[in-house]
Amino acid sequence: MVIYGVALLAICLLAGTFLGELLGVIVGVDANVGGVGIAMLMLVLLVDYLKRNKKLTVKSQEGVSFWSAMYIPIVIAMAAKQNVVAALDGGPVAILAGVAVVGVSWAMVPLLSKIGREKDSHLKPEMIGGDNHVRDAK
Amino acid sequence: MFEMLSEVFKDNSLVVSFAVIGVTMYISYLISDKLTNGKFHGSAVAIIVGLVLAYFGGITTGGENGLSDVGIFAGIGIMGGGMLRDFAIVATAFGANIDEMKKAGLPGIISLLFGVVVSFVVGVSVALAFGYTDAVSLTTIGAGAGTYIVGPVTGSALGASSAVITLSIAAGLVKSILTMIGTPFIAKYIGLNNPRSAIVYGGLMGTTSGVAGGLAATDPKLVPYGAMTATFYTGIGCLLAPSVLFLITRAIFG
Repeated sequence: MVIYGVALLAICLLAGTFLGELLGVIVGVDANVGGVGIAMLMLVLLVDYLKRNKKLTVKSQEGVSFWSAMYIPIVIAMAAKQNVVAALDGGPVAILAGVAVVGVSWAMVPLLSKIGREKDSHLKPEMIGGDNHVRDAK
Repeated sequence: MFEMLSEVFKDNSLVVSFAVIGVTMYISYLISDKLTNGKFHGSAVAIIVGLVLAYFGGITTGGENGLSDVGIFAGIGIMGGGMLRDFAIVATAFGANIDEMKKAGLPGIISLLFGVVVSFVVGVSVALAFGYTDAVSLTTIGAGAGTYIVGPVTGSALGASSAVITLSIAAGLVKSILTMIGTPFIAKYIGLNNPRSAIVYGGLMGTTSGVAGGLAATDPKLVPYGAMTATFYTGIGCLLAPSVLFLITRAIFG
């Protein structure tokens, strides 16, 4: 049933958010530490487990994929509720700080991704299963 | 007649937002297709349209929540609010590759630390250039260059003035909005086309809304990887900025 997928998603988000809050309390900050990230990991692992055991029907999967497809519309709604006026009202300090940070961060993406890629090429010889499975292993 | 319509809209606010966003997206994809020949992705157009609407919502109502402060569009606030946003972000992980996720660990952590520290240093430098000299203000503005949550959390922990806290929120908002708009343009120049670089991107930029919007407009397949690291950023920023980074700033600038 579709609701099973939706419920799975909801349980992952709630559990992840709770763990994120808990992590925040443990390290002593007034913020959620990676709750959504933890929820995503849980969902990936749970879906993988359930699929392998044939416990996740196509209908149940639709409950998750619907919300995944609603992601872009939700992001657009999110854009429409941003405090754009405050961002522009912040004056030159805020605007320059924001622009400079984004520029410098963009410049660093290729540098840091390279660290990852070297590791990637190192792993290639370990890929198993012949050509058919290369895509999975990657 | 008009009042009745407005009542219907107000009573069904979330449903109104589905219709409004749907129509916005339809128009945006049409613009993308006809005016830019599809070169400029439809969702990128839609995000810009959304931000423009938010601007008009903000100046007409004087509120903080863009278009959703306009009575009949209140549903936009629910649809685009933190709850459904997080729900949908988690759902995107459904299509993610489990092995790529597992390998995200090291590059993710490195990029998160770099992201927090680099943003902080850049923010502090800009604040210095504009004549701020006390460690508390410098740290708060530096933290705001992380995300618009790290700024006020740090500022209130250190007892910064409310003007400086407002400034730090504004800096974070500028970062978030620029990331949303700019990502699709910059993507091909910085090699943002695979899960690995998306993970690094999320960690470096840190703004969940910015990364989520920017990657959606670049390639929706990259969203789960970027969003996953980005969601750790604010927590780590709130941990480092008022503590280690503040102590270092105070040691340097007194």
